[in-house]
Amino acid sequence: MNQTSSEAIKELLYKMADDLLIIGHRNSEWTGLGPILEEDISFSSMAQDKIGQAQALYQLLNDLGEQEPDTVAFTRNANQFHNAQLLELPNGEYDFSLVRHFLYDHADQLRFEALANSSYEPLAKVARKVKGELKYHVFHANTWMVKLGSANEESHNRMQAAFNEAWNYALGMFEKSSFEDQLIAEGVFEGEETLQEKWLANITPYLIKAGIEIPASTSWNPVFGGRIGNHTANLSPLVEEMSEVFRFDPTAEW
Amino acid sequence: MYGNAYIDPNDKAAAMLAGEDPQKLDAFEKRIAAGEKIEPKDWMPREYRKQLIRMIEQHAHSEIIGALPEGTWITRAPGFRRKLALMAKVQDEVGHAQLLYSAAETLGKSREAMINDLITGKSKYSNVFNYPAFTWADACIIAWLIDAGAIINQVANAKGSYGPYCRALDRICTEESFHLKYGHDNVVTLATGTQKQREMVQGALTRWWPPIMHFFGPSDKISNHTEILMRWKVKMASNDDMRQQFLNMYVPKIWDLGLVLPDPNLKKNDAGIWEYTEPDWEEFKKVINGGGPCNAERLAVRRNAEERGRWVREALNTSESKYIVPLA
Repeated sequence: MNQTSSEAIKELLYKMADDLLIIGHRNSEWTGLGPILEEDISFSSMAQDKIGQAQALYQLLNDLGEQEPDTVAFTRNANQFHNAQLLELPNGEYDFSLVRHFLYDHADQLRFEALANSSYEPLAKVARKVKGELKYHVFHANTWMVKLGSANEESHNRMQAAFNEAWNYALGMFEKSSFEDQLIAEGVFEGEETLQEKWLANITPYLIKAGIEIPASTSWNPVFGGRIGNHTANLSPLVEEMSEVFRFDPTAEW
Repeated sequence: MYGNAYIDPNDKAAAMLAGEDPQKLDAFEKRIAAGEKIEPKDWMPREYRKQLIRMIEQHAHSEIIGALPEGTWITRAPGFRRKLALMAKVQDEVGHAQLLYSAAETLGKSREAMINDLITGKSKYSNVFNYPAFTWADACIIAWLIDAGAIINQVANAKGSYGPYCRALDRICTEESFHLKYGHDNVVTLATGTQKQREMVQGALTRWWPPIMHFFGPSDKISNHTEILMRWKVKMASNDDMRQQFLNMYVPKIWDLGLVLPDPNLKKNDAGIWEYTEPDWEEFKKVINGGGPCNAERLAVRRNAEERGRWVREALNTSESKYIVPLA
């Protein structure tokens, strides 16, 4: 791999790993507080998968010469994270958490499915394992989206409102990298544009079943910036909380 | 974790059996004496049902309330290994609540009614969770020593007479044994770590020792648990016996780590019995009746979660869904 490819791959790995770490963190915040016990358990399972997947990707970065996964995850500042802003937003009510889960996991599943055939074999290997786990995350999201989108007036209104709130942030997940053309040309990744098209095609049938409308495309206004370290005010407190104990004694083994 | 449900000591045997059919009662007691398990559809005395519901329900509540002090440390756990392990542990605890509510439901009280009694303060949960987990080390001490206490209690209760509860406990104890290892590994790491870590874990142990000594319930000297509940195998071991077992298993391990327990009178006497300063049972009563440092907060958090989740439960409650008592 030449120097440029290495930078391009690192950039791809960082944004994916940071997405997973941050959403895993948010999912874990539901532990003990879900609307029913079974959902505490589901969100915790997904959180564990996400955090484990993030760790696997940070390990690939470590193999490319970056620092240890714990150091990368627990000592950076918020502006060094490359996650999409969608994932750092607070959990809000269960409606918003579910909508975000639905929008993100569909995209993530497609991303990992595509990467299972990546020319960068270490990533392809991780992706083949991860996509199997994501199948269940997407199944969970679809079930709840359809159920709550159509159950009664209150649940429908809540889901639609949460959807409208999340939409432009969700489009922000597909912010292109400066290495985009190179990654596509080298067969590492199919690119954000293709991913977004597939994603729209995948989520639409479930939204129709749920009775949830996608905002008119004329109003689409993707929230970009996360991939280059621009974040909402929500990320900094999250990162500080996450690293509080780790930083308490940086010389220690925990 | 987390349960250490205990039986109201003031129940009077005569009142407990009032109005029961003597022949059915006799047959029931013979089955228990022979080591048989009582199943949901079997005949049972009213008081047996009532005490079991109360005990299993308290145990279930302890699991979900117990998830709160530890849960606050999931988002702060230091490093991937600890974060993943703590998430899995607390998830287990919530899963235990699910198992236990199902076991209690087989006796005729719905999960909704139980949770309602929890958030209105009508039913209790383990007293230890009315104390705060100030530091990461508090969460580690909870995972090791509170779970250790819970295992002692639950291994005893798993030999009880009610089938669904025993089966739930068997599974719970298997998972708890991993929590114990997790907690121990964390405490060892801190106790053998840097100066800051050692101070942190010693502080947590000092804070948690009184609640741990309270954990098994009032001394047998003041808790005259009824003979009948022992005969029915609802209560399986005395509070003091469990406390002795705990001290015998864990005090040496704590001392081995160079940690100090805040009781100058703690020692094993020549007869092999642990001597200790009598825990402050007035404090215990005060906390169990709502006067602890976190009672109000714990219930407020739970109430808030129930309130925020109401619309979701209502959306699930459609015409095609109907209540089904869980299988035992």
